[in-house]
Amino acid sequence: MIFLAPATLGFVVFYIWPTLRGAYLSFTEYSLLSAPEFNGLDNYDRMLHDSFFWNALGVTVEYVVINIGLQTVLAVGIAMLMYRLTQSITVRAVILAPYLVANVVVALVWYWMLDFQIGIVNQGLTWIGIDPVAFFGDSHWAIPTIAGINVWRHMGYTALIVFAGLQMIPKYVYEAAEMDGASELKTFWRITLPLLRPILAMVLVVTMIGSFQIFDTVAVTTQGGPINATRVIYYYIYERAFTRFDFGYASAMAMVLFAILAVVSLLQLRLLRAKESDLA
Amino acid sequence: MNLSRRTLLKAGLAGLAASAVAGCNNGAADRPAGEISYWLWDSAQLPMYAECAKLFQQQNPQYSVKIEQNGWADYWNKLVTGFISGTAPDVFTSHSSKYPLFADKDQVLAIDDFVAQDNVDLGIYQKGLADRWIGADGKRYGLPKDWDTEAYFYNSALAEAAGISTEQLNSMTWNPQDGGTFEQIVARLTVDSKGRRGDQSGFDKDNVKVYGLGFGDAGGADGQTSWSWYAATNGWKYSEGEPWGTKFFYDDPKFAETIGWWRGLITKGYMPTLAQAKSGIDSSATAAFGAGKYAITPNGSWMLGTYGQLKQVKTKLARLPQGPNGKRMSMMNGLADSIWAGTTRKEASWAWVKFLGSQQAQDIVARAGVVFPAVTASMPAAKASFAKAGWDVTPFLEPVEAGDVFAFPANPNAADVSAVMTPAMESVMGFQSDLGSLSKANDDVNQILAANS
Repeated sequence: MIFLAPATLGFVVFYIWPTLRGAYLSFTEYSLLSAPEFNGLDNYDRMLHDSFFWNALGVTVEYVVINIGLQTVLAVGIAMLMYRLTQSITVRAVILAPYLVANVVVALVWYWMLDFQIGIVNQGLTWIGIDPVAFFGDSHWAIPTIAGINVWRHMGYTALIVFAGLQMIPKYVYEAAEMDGASELKTFWRITLPLLRPILAMVLVVTMIGSFQIFDTVAVTTQGGPINATRVIYYYIYERAFTRFDFGYASAMAMVLFAILAVVSLLQLRLLRAKESDLA
Repeated sequence: MNLSRRTLLKAGLAGLAASAVAGCNNGAADRPAGEISYWLWDSAQLPMYAECAKLFQQQNPQYSVKIEQNGWADYWNKLVTGFISGTAPDVFTSHSSKYPLFADKDQVLAIDDFVAQDNVDLGIYQKGLADRWIGADGKRYGLPKDWDTEAYFYNSALAEAAGISTEQLNSMTWNPQDGGTFEQIVARLTVDSKGRRGDQSGFDKDNVKVYGLGFGDAGGADGQTSWSWYAATNGWKYSEGEPWGTKFFYDDPKFAETIGWWRGLITKGYMPTLAQAKSGIDSSATAAFGAGKYAITPNGSWMLGTYGQLKQVKTKLARLPQGPNGKRMSMMNGLADSIWAGTTRKEASWAWVKFLGSQQAQDIVARAGVVFPAVTASMPAAKASFAKAGWDVTPFLEPVEAGDVFAFPANPNAADVSAVMTPAMESVMGFQSDLGSLSKANDDVNQILAANS
């Protein structure tokens, strides 16, 4: 008990209490600078009619799909390459490197490199004869660009987890497959991927929760623009709470996001049967 | 050691309580007596305010000033967090777009009694500046410290290459139909990838190398450095009852006409698309200007230092154009020092604010040549130091001397108004909505005002 106390205290003070307080505030009108006033379900009702809220949800889902899709495929690819080609610690370290740089720094460096007028990427594109692209300024490109930056930062880390999962698959399964004359591709689809499922389920749940909470990259680059193209849900919540002093409404949106994440995670765990392995 | 659960809990609670107590009243209890905490956001102004603090301390040995500087974006977040948690500074630099809300929420101290008690002469400030700090409730919330207007920053080498003289640049006219001589000059300054100018036949507007006019954003609710002077000289006003707008006029045909002309420059290829302008780190278009990609960029006087650091281009200043009403108009905005309502050191805070609002302090500010001081008598010193840095700042001063200035649209709901107008303006400038959509945005804005009044 004693040893649990510090962690429990931290959990109660920094998680349980803020969550309960947030749930309460979501039923109030609260400007941060004066006392909260109870207003029942008003905030939730407002949300239904708030086109910015629905837009934010849509934009967030677009981000999550691109980010998770790309990241998972690339991570599995990198992990396979590492597994088959090299066991080098140096390579692993290099692959992990982007993850060790702070989010904001990564975002700003890319923001600079992808600048339309003065960025090195567009200079390069022009040089090989392609028209420069307004990566952050074009409504269609902005979310894929931000998703791409975060894929770049996270894929190495995810790859290492998948790599650890690969090492857990017993060698004899592969030997058996080889004996049966299964092709490389078939082995991957029929053996590697199914046996990776528990790891992939864990990776998907964790990265998906993280990716729904995309905020910092948006905050230091597009700040929701152009127009509303990158106003992701977390950024919208932040704007409402801290620049527009609409803390009650922001809390209500945070509660909805919480509910969405809980449902999505449960579904994923269920559908991917994360607790069982096919090895048994 | 045998710790019981109860002891641990007690210790934990005591710790929390202690930190909570220390957090109250911006830790006044822990700070040396007579110390005033003061915040500002402009790092370029930190040295001169440190000098002011030194002089203030010499004259008032019972007080000392502790200055903290945070960049613009962090500044307001920290300030608001400070208001809520009781850790805000005693005195802080305030902006006319921000203080109405703070005043509305009782976070800024009204200084009327102090001003009356000390007989502060408000006549020493540039005309109109002191009154900007009288809130919607008629109370005074700060003493002015500096002011700013807009002008064109242009690349003099590109102007010379285009055969455009300084006189031409300083006598430009503008109207929303054909853009006047201003648009002619902008067209002339625009060069495509084959070296053809915007006013020459065969000009390829899809492959432009140098844009005549650059811009950083769509202007949002105020258009301070982008469209405000065009709209103003076209006879448009932001709102009824300026500056305390109760009803906004973004649906006025005069406004739509102005914006329609402005975005027309994109169609003609004289100005980059919004996507290009907004795509990247260069939010105020100064870096692209510095790389020689824009011939002219409008901007505020507070940017003089930034433009001064651009080494690849030679930058000069030109007047804003004369509009349909026959005037050259600019927005005039300013900053002030305000006292936090929660301070326990009101007398000391007021002494510092009063000192910063005096000519003695503003002379120090003026000599640094970073901003224009609010005290009229301090202006010559500022002009001299700008001249020393190679700037003839006349284009910024003329509208003020002529009285052809208008105020930043102040409003306690500024953040909500901006949340509507920023995407609305971007949508129009990005050609995703037509000009008629501004009426809808205006309805939204007025609904917000009506709901909160």
